[in-house]
Amino acid sequence: MTESRSSMLDEAASYLLTPGGLTLDDLDLGLGHALGPGVDYADLYFQRSWHEGWVLEDGEVKEGSYNIDGGVGVRSLAGEKTGFAYSNQITADALAETGRTASGIVRSGASLAVAPRVVVQGASRYGGVDPLTGLSAEEKIALLKEADRVARAADPAVSQVSASLSGVHEVVLVRASDGTLAADIRPLVRFNVSVIVVRNGRRERGSAGGGGRYPMARLRDEGVAERFAKEAVRQALVNLEAIDAPAGQLPVVLAPGWPGILLHEAVGHGLEGDFNRKGSSAFAGRMGQRVAAKGVTVVDDATLVDRRGSMTIDDEGTPGQYTPLIEDGILTGYMQDKLNARLMGMAPTGNARRESFAHLPMPRMTNTVMLAGQDDPADILKSVKRGLYAVSFGGGQVDITSGKFVFSASEAYLVEDGRITAPVKGATLIGNGPEAMGRVSMIGHDMELDTGIGVCGKEGQGVPVGVGQPTLKLDELTVGGTAS
Amino acid sequence: MTQAFDAPAQQTLLETRAQMALELARRLGADACEVGASVDQGVGVSVREGEVETVELSRDQGIAVTVHVGKRKGSASSTDAGEASIRAVVEKAIAIARHTGEDPASGLADAELMARELPDLDVHHPWALTTEQAIELALACESAGRRRPGILSSDGASLSTGEGVRVYANSHDFLGSQRGSRHSLSCMLIAEDENGMQRDYDYTSARHPRDLLAPERVGENAAERTLRRLGASRPATGRLPVLFDPALAGGLIGSLMGAIAGGALYRQASFLCDRLGDGLFPEWFSLQERPMERGAMASSPFDGDGVQTRDNVFIENGRLASYMLSAYSARRLGMQTTANAGGARNLRLTAPLESRDELLARMGRGVLITELMGQGVNPVTGDYSRGAAGFWVEDGRIQHPVEEFTIAGNLEAMFKGLAGVGSDTDTRGSIHTGSWLIDEMTVAGS
Repeated sequence: MTESRSSMLDEAASYLLTPGGLTLDDLDLGLGHALGPGVDYADLYFQRSWHEGWVLEDGEVKEGSYNIDGGVGVRSLAGEKTGFAYSNQITADALAETGRTASGIVRSGASLAVAPRVVVQGASRYGGVDPLTGLSAEEKIALLKEADRVARAADPAVSQVSASLSGVHEVVLVRASDGTLAADIRPLVRFNVSVIVVRNGRRERGSAGGGGRYPMARLRDEGVAERFAKEAVRQALVNLEAIDAPAGQLPVVLAPGWPGILLHEAVGHGLEGDFNRKGSSAFAGRMGQRVAAKGVTVVDDATLVDRRGSMTIDDEGTPGQYTPLIEDGILTGYMQDKLNARLMGMAPTGNARRESFAHLPMPRMTNTVMLAGQDDPADILKSVKRGLYAVSFGGGQVDITSGKFVFSASEAYLVEDGRITAPVKGATLIGNGPEAMGRVSMIGHDMELDTGIGVCGKEGQGVPVGVGQPTLKLDELTVGGTAS
Repeated sequence: MTQAFDAPAQQTLLETRAQMALELARRLGADACEVGASVDQGVGVSVREGEVETVELSRDQGIAVTVHVGKRKGSASSTDAGEASIRAVVEKAIAIARHTGEDPASGLADAELMARELPDLDVHHPWALTTEQAIELALACESAGRRRPGILSSDGASLSTGEGVRVYANSHDFLGSQRGSRHSLSCMLIAEDENGMQRDYDYTSARHPRDLLAPERVGENAAERTLRRLGASRPATGRLPVLFDPALAGGLIGSLMGAIAGGALYRQASFLCDRLGDGLFPEWFSLQERPMERGAMASSPFDGDGVQTRDNVFIENGRLASYMLSAYSARRLGMQTTANAGGARNLRLTAPLESRDELLARMGRGVLITELMGQGVNPVTGDYSRGAAGFWVEDGRIQHPVEEFTIAGNLEAMFKGLAGVGSDTDTRGSIHTGSWLIDEMTVAGS
């Protein structure tokens, strides 16, 4: 491991530092500029990413794109103050200029020395590969055309098919005044299919997709084109038959997997360190208290192999971790970056993430998962007299202060007398995080992770995340349909 | 605070780079090429509880190239705009165009449509502000809000100011460039009662610093908005009229524009496919675009294809008068571009305007919505279901705050059911509108 880490560092340095004439030794000098008088912590975050995307429409791959992004972000911390600047150039001059700007947040105080570097060795959670090179352009295009063919063959109602394939090869290197030196190579790929179906003048859509931190060739080997194409058509056809959703308070059963987005919104954001340090979260000051029903255990797990939200190291160079947040209904942990951990007297949990070098890191989720319970999923549905079974969701949002969350179902069904009956049109579910978690009455033994599609937004920054959960019953949630 | 932004020099530099990319693409075998380049610089400060929290200096640049080889297309971009990088970007775009399939609709907009009038639209008003002055303004804003009795704490006040240059050029010998500036100040506050905490915010945003609200006003508004949310209950489930706050009414116009955008139409991903000429709104309602309005948020004499922008009428006396098209989407639909590559620029409506009180009186019993949550708008069907917070209205007067409920309906029915527009116009964004009264939606609460 030590050997592979140091070779990772060398590889990252060759991408990030060598082109601008820098070596690892030069970074101490660069950090010195950011560690001005009064600054108690500073870090340099180097990043370069290569993004490739192909889009199929009308049976042809009409668009291909390639984007190169990169630079260095320099941060200086003084107590609760943060100074930040960044540059597209990775050169000694750029480090000096951005460092002086960032450290301008304070003008007086003790001048600290940069700690000698300590290479941080996180256990590898994914291969440090360039995911773009495994397939030729012809093979990538063939994959998209296969999705088109499968979707159109699946049902005559299919009128439009679009499919996309994208991959990111990202190289990062972190050097901090506390000694941290860490590097990571992060692959990320994604395949997506969306369809429009038309029947008897009614139009509906369906979509499916997924991916993770692995080479593009694996998408082909796992047959995602066929799987996601069929899934998108199935969902669209279900929605063609959907009736108006009910309105009012109902029991809601969530299917396993992606519906874990509820957890992400209802609980996850409220347990991020920054909101709790500032006291703006509905969960602030509730450590050790019951915040969910017995049996509810929620973890943030960056260590899952090859998952979309996984992190070998976070964006401050802390190794990714398995962090219990709620254990058997009791609040036991927050997600922390270095700044908030220090100010709260806690330990960083490897949850510092940033969209890019041009953004400040914040405590963010990685893969947020509710662990399996004891109940048979069939029994869970049987227990519902009249309610909603939600299988897939569009997006969600939370107000972390009041605890109110919403999310929109993209596939849902009525449950009547314990049986799934009619599909219903996309309805919004709304609730209060702590309240909803107290109403979890049954937890299935069928924990599933999502297929790898999540993007989480916070303060304008998007990062890839994963979610997972078993079949789950909430005794009461407000369903925002139009039928009485 | 940092080195000054030399806008004219940056503009010249970007124009030179764009020309270089065009010339390179031509030499490397592209039949047509378009280039977009931009550079933006700014400062953002945030304060919380009377202390500085962050000072952030931003400087973003990028260049994006699209080449056409026959009827095939490839795109590439980079945040490094050096000469070597421009060459790599052009080569990559051409390499991609060797693999993409033929697209009969592909290509630049027609040469005769290129913008010839490129007036200065008065959108560049940089703010000579030191970091210390920026912090003072943010502190003044926050303290005005925190002073209000009942405010528990602050989630912070932020000021940001920035300016930039963007250039678009294509192989029809078109080159357009524009300088612009944007400044904003916002404040979010927290209040608490026995039912828990509530937060809300206010902001001001403008091209010219003089058009910003006074910092103290923003702080006071944020306090007012936060305090009035305390003591909220859930409304009863039922069918009721709904009054949308101006900022949220702007979102309904945004949904309309998304549904009449060419990209959604040729993909059949809109509930307004094949509806040109149909009556969608009451006859007294019209919606226009004013892209050449001086000093406005989204003003530009050319669109994302280089086409001369013009005043469009999208809704005329209630009828859908025009779609919103780029050169590409127009070709896909067998129509003409409406100079809307990149979207709509400055939407203004015409309607008999009423005061907020008149609208409330006419509503009688219903809900006033001041916040929406979630993404529950289906552009394919027009189905609408979103989380909401606001106020219960009875006898035409606001009674008490309400929260944790949803409002649901269908956009087409909501547009048809538009019963009134307020004179309380929100001019902060590129869509200007007052409140909207919708005759009936399903409110789901307790």
